[in-house]
Amino acid sequence: MKYEPVIGLEIHAQLRTHTKIFCGCSTAFGAPPNSQVCPVCLGLPGALPVLNRRAVDYAVKAALAVGCGIQRESIFARKNYFYPDLPKGYQISQYERPLALGGSLEIAAGGRKRVGLTRIHLEEDAGKSLHEGFPDSDRRTYVDYNRSGVPLIEIVTEPDMRSAAEAAEFFERLRDILVWIGVNDGNMEEGSLRCDANVSVRPTGQSAFGVKAEVKNVNSFRYVQKALEYEIDRQIDVLEGGGRVLQETRLWDSSAGRTYSMRSKEEAHDYRYFPEPDLPPVVVDEARIEAVRRTMPELPEARRRRFVAAYGLPEYDAGVLTQSAALADYFEQTAAAAGSPKAASNWVMGELLRTLKERGVAIGDVPLSPAALGGLIRLVEKGTLSSSIAKDVFATMYDSGRSADEIVAAEGLAQIDDESALRAIVRSVMAANADAVAQYRAGRMQTFGFLVGQVMKSSGGKANPKLVNQVLKDELAT
Amino acid sequence: MVALTTSDVERIAALAHLELTADEKALFARQLAGILAYAQQIQALDTSGVPATAHVHAGAHPEREDEPRPCLPRDEALGNAPDAAPEAGLFRVPRVIG
Repeated sequence: MKYEPVIGLEIHAQLRTHTKIFCGCSTAFGAPPNSQVCPVCLGLPGALPVLNRRAVDYAVKAALAVGCGIQRESIFARKNYFYPDLPKGYQISQYERPLALGGSLEIAAGGRKRVGLTRIHLEEDAGKSLHEGFPDSDRRTYVDYNRSGVPLIEIVTEPDMRSAAEAAEFFERLRDILVWIGVNDGNMEEGSLRCDANVSVRPTGQSAFGVKAEVKNVNSFRYVQKALEYEIDRQIDVLEGGGRVLQETRLWDSSAGRTYSMRSKEEAHDYRYFPEPDLPPVVVDEARIEAVRRTMPELPEARRRRFVAAYGLPEYDAGVLTQSAALADYFEQTAAAAGSPKAASNWVMGELLRTLKERGVAIGDVPLSPAALGGLIRLVEKGTLSSSIAKDVFATMYDSGRSADEIVAAEGLAQIDDESALRAIVRSVMAANADAVAQYRAGRMQTFGFLVGQVMKSSGGKANPKLVNQVLKDELAT
Repeated sequence: MVALTTSDVERIAALAHLELTADEKALFARQLAGILAYAQQIQALDTSGVPATAHVHAGAHPEREDEPRPCLPRDEALGNAPDAAPEAGLFRVPRVIG
């Protein structure tokens, strides 16, 4: 029997605020344990939460970027459960009335499909439990509350994805947008972005969903794909073997490459949600939405379309160049300095990205300015530099920070465009290769390529190849 | 009167991590049933057309600026805990399975 997977994702993204969602403690990563805590985020009696304005604005910005409808009034709720990383015994989240509803995001997999979003809500993060690494770890758990109260948005999708690859691409596209609009730093190693996946399988053609499992802890694009592939195969094996898939939570173990069941110690998941009495409803009116909208940069899809329309770039180039806002900015500045968008695109996608990849440098840290790269491209476009020498100049510029003009002048790299200078080189090459010249004149046309090569070599690669062809033909004919 | 069995009380007590004696279970079964009966009485009211009220203080929506404020000194933060590892700067609790 053929099976079809059905996948929905829940993504938690940390908002890039300076302080926590309900108190003034810093959210900086990597501080000594429990150095960024106060009565509010420790849940001490009598402490009262006050909402961080920027957290709301960032959540609204994220919601607008993926086409959600903002609810004028949303309500915080207490989600009650016992775990030591939750000092109050409840997490402040949103339940019945979340901040935003609907929206969608397009992915290329599955032939450009839209993945629907169910909701986006605001909530606080929990602390961090340390289960291993202490002499008494067999009996004790240690807790660091620096992360307690860090603002998160939870983004819930519809069960619209039909393969592990679609889910991985969705997660990646969503991250790109959140980073692009500046509300999340995209750092999965530091836990700024986390993904849980709901997955079930059903016989192809059946419309009812199968029983789903929730796979937690899949915090990279590669792991989303691998964990889901594993889980889909596991569920199909269970069904093929005549068994039933259990509704359960499973953890992804990246080192073993498998998911395993995480049996809950609680008898039941009964979160006993109720409206948070310490916080009034969050009100986001039209004026506030408009104010947030004004801070929105041009989004990747719109920018990609503009690159095609305004610069005449191929779809492929536009897609590569809009992978991040920093790269797109770099390209646009280079194109302006170079005066040729297509040439700028070739250089940025080619030499620049290759060099960054080789050296593990991020686009934000490139030592070469767009103006400098534009200057180099101008020299190539004018014919001053041959494209092969330009690549050497690029490497020198990248390492030294010197301008293209300076390097070309200092090292005498300018392309030889002077016909009389070239004719002299051609003549000396012909004199040194009298055999080849004789063969050519006797009708062996292939010898021409050899002679061109000799001229290029003799000019140190600086001869303008077009002119070499012309002058050589001319000289051979006389 | 709403029926509430001793096993209902045991389940709720387990969720709240409480240990109750047999007498307490019987007492709380009776008292909780009384509270539920009161809620049932209120539920009998016709509230169609009345908007849901999550809060009584509508109109006030205070928010704070995103500006850092001083945190608790770590010793003070750990000082109230029943158990802590001050040298590591961590709270300490009975082991929970991650």
